[in-house]
Amino acid sequence: MKKIMTGNTAITHGVTLSRAEVIPAYPITPQTTIIEELSEMCADGRCKAKYIRVESEHSALACAAAASITGARVFTATSSQGLAYMHEMIHWTAGSRLPVVMVNANRAMGSPWSIWCDHNDSLSQRDTGWLQIYCESAQEALDTIIQAYRISETVLLPVMVLIDGFFLSHTSEPVDVPEQKIVDSFLPPYNPKYKLDTNDPHCFNMTADPSTFILFRHKAKNAMDEAREVVSQVDREFKAQFGRGYGVIDTMNCSDADVIIVTMGTAAGTAREVIEDYRKQGQKVGLCRLRMFRPFPSSELVNVLSGAKKIAVLDRNNSLGSGGIVAQEIKAAFYGKSEKPQLFEFVAGIAGRDITMGLIAEIIEHTLNNEKPVGESIWMGVQE
Amino acid sequence: MKAKEFDKEYLYSGHGCCPGCGIPIIMRNVFHALGDQTIVATTASCFGTIAGVFPVSPLKLATYHTAFASTGAAASGIRAALDMKGDSKTTVLAISGDGGCFDIGIQSISGAAERNEDIIYLCYDNEAYMNTGIQRSSATPWGAWTTTTPPLNLKTQPKKDIMQIMAAHYIPYIATASIAYMDDLIRKIKKAKEIRGFKFIHIVSPCPVGWRFSSELSVRIARLAVQTNLFPLYEVEEGERYSLNEEPEKIPVEEYLKLQGRFAFLHKEDIEQVQKNVDREWKRLKLRIDQSSFSLT
Repeated sequence: MKKIMTGNTAITHGVTLSRAEVIPAYPITPQTTIIEELSEMCADGRCKAKYIRVESEHSALACAAAASITGARVFTATSSQGLAYMHEMIHWTAGSRLPVVMVNANRAMGSPWSIWCDHNDSLSQRDTGWLQIYCESAQEALDTIIQAYRISETVLLPVMVLIDGFFLSHTSEPVDVPEQKIVDSFLPPYNPKYKLDTNDPHCFNMTADPSTFILFRHKAKNAMDEAREVVSQVDREFKAQFGRGYGVIDTMNCSDADVIIVTMGTAAGTAREVIEDYRKQGQKVGLCRLRMFRPFPSSELVNVLSGAKKIAVLDRNNSLGSGGIVAQEIKAAFYGKSEKPQLFEFVAGIAGRDITMGLIAEIIEHTLNNEKPVGESIWMGVQE
Repeated sequence: MKAKEFDKEYLYSGHGCCPGCGIPIIMRNVFHALGDQTIVATTASCFGTIAGVFPVSPLKLATYHTAFASTGAAASGIRAALDMKGDSKTTVLAISGDGGCFDIGIQSISGAAERNEDIIYLCYDNEAYMNTGIQRSSATPWGAWTTTTPPLNLKTQPKKDIMQIMAAHYIPYIATASIAYMDDLIRKIKKAKEIRGFKFIHIVSPCPVGWRFSSELSVRIARLAVQTNLFPLYEVEEGERYSLNEEPEKIPVEEYLKLQGRFAFLHKEDIEQVQKNVDREWKRLKLRIDQSSFSLT
């Protein structure tokens, strides 16, 4: 039965259904209601986890990683400044090959202070060795948590589940909360091969000299490569069991499209409406929502986008001095390919600026009406 | 005197300590006092470095290295996971140096102490960042030379009073200990093992390289630190009940200072200043001990 709930509440159901065992928690907007609600669920027994009120985000992830290596399934959540404060432990957790699942409710990085959504916080962590999966709906957020444990415990890399701050974290939608016994059959208890064990003592994360460090990194790289297929496989199995699947990229009307919009997160939901309108007018416009950003699904994207004449990349982020990050990665994916669509770069929705239907229509119009992109990325919504 | 032989070893030879280092003396005895059912959380430090290079470790205890600032948080996570598995017997031992405790790690140790996590936190204090080559920490004493407090700019602040900071958390048990008083050290570790909640043990760890003394003097210098009242041996229960474990001998601090090259730049009046500081600190401690013996019910 469907219930109305926010994205953050949907995530707490995903965490509880996944039977997380240790939850170190530290508040930060707009993630906070996740850990507030989990604290209630732990207090009244709906969630059987040990809930630890740590004193910082750095400690939240340090605590989660240590609990994970002791054999527990762990969860934590953060946003923006908190994610940046965790940065050292984000690397550490991936280097330790621990299946930690963490939600980041996307929020702009200060300064100046902002609590509103963009993707610069999580994209700044793209080189740390975590998988990154960006969600569009509250339902997808719940489902992705359950999938994330299966994925991370298979490849032994941590998974970051991304939801747009406020647009998804605080917006209520109908969500189907699956039954515990079905989730249990999809997600077996975590039973790690390697853990801290007094009966079989080993030393984890000791110094690795140059001859061995590269082996650790190379194995992590192989695991990340393996994750490309594992994410798809887990999603297919999830769909078979629950009737919902999302893919590593989520496409709409792409097969015959002349123009494809590429974006991540909730902007895709708005784009869907606009694209339907354009289709009604006979314009061949499609949508490609990038759901899995790490590992980057280059071949899947090239497959889908090669057929279009033009693609319009809507980046809710910016790497100053380089451009929109998704656009840069897509350009890299097309390097050396003979068939390349024209790529138009747009930066929009920075720090909670609305991405409206009108704004997306403007992007489509610009892309339809220009043969080639002129100059660098176009920033939308900057007041004159 | 013959060194005590253990029936079981947890820190084997082949570790990377410098000759005369206090760490192996501390760890062999602490590990032996705690036994097999112990999990260690440690961090960037001399200990973290001497504990082997992959794939060989001299440690025979399950050990997890975390990043520098997070020993208290990592130990909390290990405890939580053990508790979830129904294992309340395994001791979680957090180990850091003074940098990882007094400085960069103070947030996570304070957080873990405030939550009264059931762990033992052992700070071996060699009074500077020795692993990176003798840089000043907030545990470095007044007047000491380090590579970042050179002779023309010696440390002009007193050593941070970590025991008072930990006492202010009102945790079940905190204690100082010394490698020159091994029976006392082992007793404190065994006592900490039996107490539930957060335990903090502060052990001074002489460093021949950083303190500039000949390596055979480590235990003698550790003993002089206690005998001169620079490092009194005491315990505090619940942040309130103070007890002194070793009566002072009131040996002048100069006897301690003159053995160490790091204090070679001090003038006569500086040494008098150190003596005054030590006397004042001792009076403060004595007051707490005397007060706690009758004022609390």
